[in-house]
Amino acid sequence: MLRVFRNEGRKGNDRVRKLKWKKARRRSRRRPGPACAVSAIRKGPLSKDLKPYSRECFYEVFEEEIHQVIVENQLFKPRERVAIGASGGKDSTVLAYVLSELNRRHNYGLDLFLLSVDEGITGYRDDSLETVKRNEIQYGLPLKIVSYKDLYGWTMDEIVKMIGLKNNCTFCGVFRRQALDRGAALLKVDKVATGHNADDIAETVLLNILRGDIARLSRCTSIVTGEDGPIPRCKPFKYTYEKEIVMYAYFKRLDYFSTECIYSPNAYRGFAREFIKDLERIRPRAILDIIQSGEDFRISTFTKMPEQGTCERCGYISSQKWCKACVLLEGLNRGLPKLGIGRSRGPNNDHKKGTKETNGAKSIESKQCGTLDF
Amino acid sequence: MFCIECFRSNLYGKFRLAVTSHAMITPTDNVLVAFSGGPSSRVALQFVHELQHKSLKNFDASRDRLLPVFRVGVAFIDETTISPLPSRDIDRAIQDIRLIVSNLAPPIKQLHVVPIENIYSGDGTNRLKNLLDAVSDTTGKEDLLLHLQMSSLQKVASESGYNKIVLGLCTSRIACHVISATVKGQGYSLPADIQYVDSRWEIPIVLPLRDCLVQELNMLCHLDGLKTVELLKGPCSGINGLVSSLVRILQEENPSRECTNVRTAGKLTPFHFNRIPESDDSIIPLATRRRQKRYNLKPNESISSESFCPICNSPLNKSDMLRLSNLGSCQTNSDSFGAACCSSCRFEILPKDPSSIDHFYSLLPQPLVARAKRSSYDNLSLLREQIQDCLLSDSEDES
Repeated sequence: MLRVFRNEGRKGNDRVRKLKWKKARRRSRRRPGPACAVSAIRKGPLSKDLKPYSRECFYEVFEEEIHQVIVENQLFKPRERVAIGASGGKDSTVLAYVLSELNRRHNYGLDLFLLSVDEGITGYRDDSLETVKRNEIQYGLPLKIVSYKDLYGWTMDEIVKMIGLKNNCTFCGVFRRQALDRGAALLKVDKVATGHNADDIAETVLLNILRGDIARLSRCTSIVTGEDGPIPRCKPFKYTYEKEIVMYAYFKRLDYFSTECIYSPNAYRGFAREFIKDLERIRPRAILDIIQSGEDFRISTFTKMPEQGTCERCGYISSQKWCKACVLLEGLNRGLPKLGIGRSRGPNNDHKKGTKETNGAKSIESKQCGTLDF
Repeated sequence: MFCIECFRSNLYGKFRLAVTSHAMITPTDNVLVAFSGGPSSRVALQFVHELQHKSLKNFDASRDRLLPVFRVGVAFIDETTISPLPSRDIDRAIQDIRLIVSNLAPPIKQLHVVPIENIYSGDGTNRLKNLLDAVSDTTGKEDLLLHLQMSSLQKVASESGYNKIVLGLCTSRIACHVISATVKGQGYSLPADIQYVDSRWEIPIVLPLRDCLVQELNMLCHLDGLKTVELLKGPCSGINGLVSSLVRILQEENPSRECTNVRTAGKLTPFHFNRIPESDDSIIPLATRRRQKRYNLKPNESISSESFCPICNSPLNKSDMLRLSNLGSCQTNSDSFGAACCSSCRFEILPKDPSSIDHFYSLLPQPLVARAKRSSYDNLSLLREQIQDCLLSDSEDES
């Protein structure tokens, strides 16, 4: 019942949004919009400070902001090799474009690469990979694709055929995280940059509160993660609104792919995302406020963190005997796909009782699967 | 699943555990229950009454009569002057409240009906209206009103000699506060607001219903026929409204969500003032002292000095403190007031236009102004403390 209600709401909102958009366009044709705050050229997109900008000024402000974030947080060092996690979606496409642009303009001296993961989803990933391949030529960045088939011997199509549409996102998410690390190792890069934007991070903060995950809450807002692991990851779009990224991609006419994963039903996009969109309409700065709160939370350093070790089977970082990917893979290969999902029996927790599935957490999970934002 | 009796005793048990394990109410106390007429504060009032009634019985039955019975008063903040509701309705509600309180005897409880404009020393009706009108943000206006209510409670408690204030805040309301504080960028100060005890105020505040869900409290009111007064506040709007509808939907989807939510926030480190301050043991009679359960009170290991926002009284985070200390000496009172506020209040309550801050400042009630003055003084001494090592000697710093 809830799902029906929510979908109706979204449809309604979509209609209202479209109407508003039409009205706004009609209005902008009739009379000139507000003056640009920087160059006083009329009409153009809005940025998060709610000042109107002309297109050119918007580009400049947008790029400068990313540059400042990179410099202030010392995200990169000269002569570093950096892989950009590229899904073909708007965030990673804009990230690839802006990073290569800034690298040239400000002489970062970085070797940039595109790194894609091929989950093997016909009708979705094959198309988006075409986009990434075009990006490779457009931006002149070498591309590396790692596929689930090569790494694990399974495509997502085959996995879904075996386990159905329930819990398939668990497999995909666990495999993707590791695939990206393995791809990065193959490229011998020093860092991976991902296209997480401010909306994503704000959403993660809220989800971690709702889920009660204090350990993740304490680290989900850091701009660089995995510094103790082999390859650190950074999020240059930490303070960039999704809206701005969409606007940038739209006005720059960047070549990106925008379809949802066919295996990730719309319902998973969940409450938190809707809530953040509503919030942004009332108070745009609330997204940054949530990130600020996430950074300010007084979390005792004594909070128990899982101990980091390595997987006995594949050598990947893991807090258990086997890493999650190996557990899931073992289940697939033995024809027991529920192994490792929820609190089920597995090599890591043989003594635990019964199989129970975690449905509660699923329905508030939000980011659609299939993008490279993991 | 409980039968009615077990449900009741379970709920009362949660209340009693909270009261005893945090030393919320002791025999020598004079407790003020903040009563809004809603189910949460109605249950708080009922439970405090039952506790008092029991200890009166014990007192009467005991031979030595060494253990006194704590005293209870009730406060209702009357918002007639700023409420959109017709005053006729509010008057009727106040009549109901008088009846409710007078029925809770013995022991007799004094009811304070306090008009919210009493927070000003003279006739404050117009100043209060203008103050609220000066806030353009809907959410900001709502929040400012809440802060003013709290200051009013503090004022009446202080003037009438109470030493504790009981609020009926329950898990559901706290869950909403967790999310809305996060959304407003108050992540640093959040743990201060959601503990059982909050003694950063002159009169400490206690939340004995912190572990009860609003559904349980509604149910109890329904089962026991506890009369509540339905009125007064419309639904929240702006961000607070959005948050409460989110929490409601999530709670419908998973009935333990509110608890998880509060538990997560409960893991954040509380402040040193989130406990009943140590009292001088020699004043308290031995019999009382012996019965004080203090097993949950950890020793005060680290008292960090905090500065507080003069509007919402929340501790300032690092960046606010940095801004405050970089500002140097301010020219006018209103400037220093603005600088002392937390960034959340600066955004949603203070006027954006610097010229209207003077006007806003002139409309503020005395308690808030006093808080600002105190915090800027505290801050000065705090800064002095930090540079103490660099000062040659105490006598030379003034010259």
